Amino acid sequence: MRSYQARRLTDQIMRGLCWASALFGLLWLALILITLFWNGFAGLNLNVFTQDTPGPNTDGGGLRNAIVGSLIMTGLGVGIGTPIGILAGTYMAEYGRYSRITFYIRFVNDILLSAPSIVIGLFIYAALITEGVEHRIVGYSAIAGALALAVIVIPVVVRTTEDMLLLVPNSLREAASAMGLPRSHVVMKVAYKAARAGLITGVLLGVARASGETAPLLFTVQSNQFFSLDLTQQMANLPVVINNFAGKGYANWQQLAWTGALIITLAVLTLSITARSLTAQRKQQ
Amino acid sequence: MSEHIVRAYDKELDALGRRIAEMGGIAEKMVVDAMDALGAVNSELAQQVIATDPRLDNLQREIEEQAILTIARRQPMAVDLREIIGAIRVAGDLERVGDLAKNIAKRAVKIGPESRVPRASIGLKHMNDLATEQMKDVLDAYALRDAERAQAVWTRDAELDALEDSVFRDLLTHMMEDPRNISFCAHLLFCSKNIERIGDHATNIAETVYYLVTGGTLPPERPKGRPDPAPAQLGAVEQ
Amino acid sequence: MTNIESAVAAVASPVSREGLQQKISVKNLKFYYGSSLALKGINLPLYKNKVTALIGPSGCGKSTLLRVFNRMYDLYPNQRAEGEVLLDGENVLDPSLDLNLLRARVGMVFQKPTPFPMSIYDNIAFGIKLYEKLPKSEMDGRVESSLRRSALWEEVKDKLTASGLSLSGGQQQRLCIARTVAIRPEVILLDEPCSALDPISTSKIEELIDELTNDYTIVIVTHSMQQAARVSEYTAFMYLGDLIEFDDTSKVFTTPREKRTQDYITGRFG
Repeated sequence: MRSYQARRLTDQIMRGLCWASALFGLLWLALILITLFWNGFAGLNLNVFTQDTPGPNTDGGGLRNAIVGSLIMTGLGVGIGTPIGILAGTYMAEYGRYSRITFYIRFVNDILLSAPSIVIGLFIYAALITEGVEHRIVGYSAIAGALALAVIVIPVVVRTTEDMLLLVPNSLREAASAMGLPRSHVVMKVAYKAARAGLITGVLLGVARASGETAPLLFTVQSNQFFSLDLTQQMANLPVVINNFAGKGYANWQQLAWTGALIITLAVLTLSITARSLTAQRKQQ
Repeated sequence: MSEHIVRAYDKELDALGRRIAEMGGIAEKMVVDAMDALGAVNSELAQQVIATDPRLDNLQREIEEQAILTIARRQPMAVDLREIIGAIRVAGDLERVGDLAKNIAKRAVKIGPESRVPRASIGLKHMNDLATEQMKDVLDAYALRDAERAQAVWTRDAELDALEDSVFRDLLTHMMEDPRNISFCAHLLFCSKNIERIGDHATNIAETVYYLVTGGTLPPERPKGRPDPAPAQLGAVEQ
Repeated sequence: MTNIESAVAAVASPVSREGLQQKISVKNLKFYYGSSLALKGINLPLYKNKVTALIGPSGCGKSTLLRVFNRMYDLYPNQRAEGEVLLDGENVLDPSLDLNLLRARVGMVFQKPTPFPMSIYDNIAFGIKLYEKLPKSEMDGRVESSLRRSALWEEVKDKLTASGLSLSGGQQQRLCIARTVAIRPEVILLDEPCSALDPISTSKIEELIDELTNDYTIVIVTHSMQQAARVSEYTAFMYLGDLIEFDDTSKVFTTPREKRTQDYITGRFG
């Protein structure tokens, strides 16, 4: 009986510790969210979406160019990275499942996945922007930023694509093959269909990740005070604008920084929740 | 034979075998006692034999019920299926043997102290000894699952038939000699028929044992002294 | 001797049957998983329009053997087969053989029902579309006849657009059978088709096998001895990669020749 009491006590202590840790973590998350909402909400008005970023010592202003710029670059980055990611993931899960190369690809992919995004930014910077002044391919530009974001999106999509395709039971593939379906059809018409929700989730996660990255954009595109749609020139974007405005002396800048942070957070939150609900639907099946 | 993975199955088959052995023992004893009662004109022994018959009937019913349950439960295949079917058939044959012995005992009672021609009874005693030996052998063959022994019993049936023929002629002669012998000899005639049928049932059991062990059947023509009526008829005409 | 009779005689089977055509002849088939030998030289006839059952304890190689008939093992590396498997005289193991055409002739139904993530109609039309271009009315007719053959039509005729995954287990398995039958193969391989199903669905599928055998050669792998006894005309007992006994089903289950066969079917081992 004595050991039983001891076990119960241990159980209660552990449970208490788990609760406490969970609450501790949630507490900070809640504080961040509350701070964001508190500070950002105040500045959320129509101007934010209709006016461009203000210069120093200018009143008012908004975030229109930054929002549009973020949308363009994220869209481009995802547009470039997703097909590459899905096709690579398909190779790893379908054609190359048992080959040695896949093992190495996965290994490198996981490294890229958790690489500091500043390194990726630096890479694009070094590769495209500073080949000595004479050799440089492009200057700071939206296209460079989009490429950096693509490099961030690719590992995410590769990983989720491979995982989701691996989840499709082999029996389904065998059933399709047993009907005489050629391999590519098995992949496209059966495996993709079966993993569709998971693949979309992967893309959404990629988008969420890309839309929040700051460091790579700092090194590849910086920002632009004015509204611009030129891909070969610098373009405004939310993360860098926040970086530039936060902590500086102007009140409207600080307010805009908070509001920008709120907008990004809300966007990522919505995307994550959508991704979650799609996966949950799949699990129910 | 190795054991079943489910031991209860083996237990059920063993129980079936034990019951058959019990029936066989009772039936054997009934046959011997019935003849003794006839030869020694022992009315008490005859009554005992008659009283034993219900036990045999009960055992046969039990064996059938048990066999049916086992079939429903275990869905037996191959040798197990043949065992169970064999048990049902042997039980049926043994129950008929018991009935035949009972009938001999009844006649012993009817004849009473009127024994007139002892010499005729001797022929009958020979027949019964042979029949008893057949029964014993065939039950041993069943217990040991010995197909060769069973086949030997099956072949020896011809002797019993030949014996029955000679007893028949003997009794006929006696009846023709002296009309006062007719009643007594008539009873003996029926008894000899019954004993010959006991031998036939032993042969049936032998065929069942052979089937059980090998899965094959012995040739339909038994070696005989005379043509063989269908088995259904053998049991039908009963006295 | 005609071609058929000499083919029958050539397969080293202890029992020869006059007048029966072999749809598939297995000759000295060896199968390797990597370097380990899973099938140790199988010789087996599969007769046309008959049902042959493969029975044996777990790991005996019966599923492995089944999957050789439609070269399913080709999907995986490190699995290879040696020997000959003749489908109407053509060696199935020939590397230059068109696998997709082979699989159109030899269909397979798996243990776990695997409807495609599409509507019921599409599940069946999918396979047909691979091989034939049919106008919609004809396609409708083919889908209906396949579903009727699988005893599923009455249950799904009002919901052909519902997802295949919305059916019960037994219905899904019948859908898989309908799907296989729709492309009109010559041989149907069944890999423990009823092991995931309830008894009523199992009976329906056994009834289905009975009907299908008129037009198709069927090979069924099953764990249930009673099912093998019920549905098949010939039974092959396998153990540890060897073919121990092959004979008429009625003989195998009442008077088997080999002791190992008897021990297995009476539940003394395995």
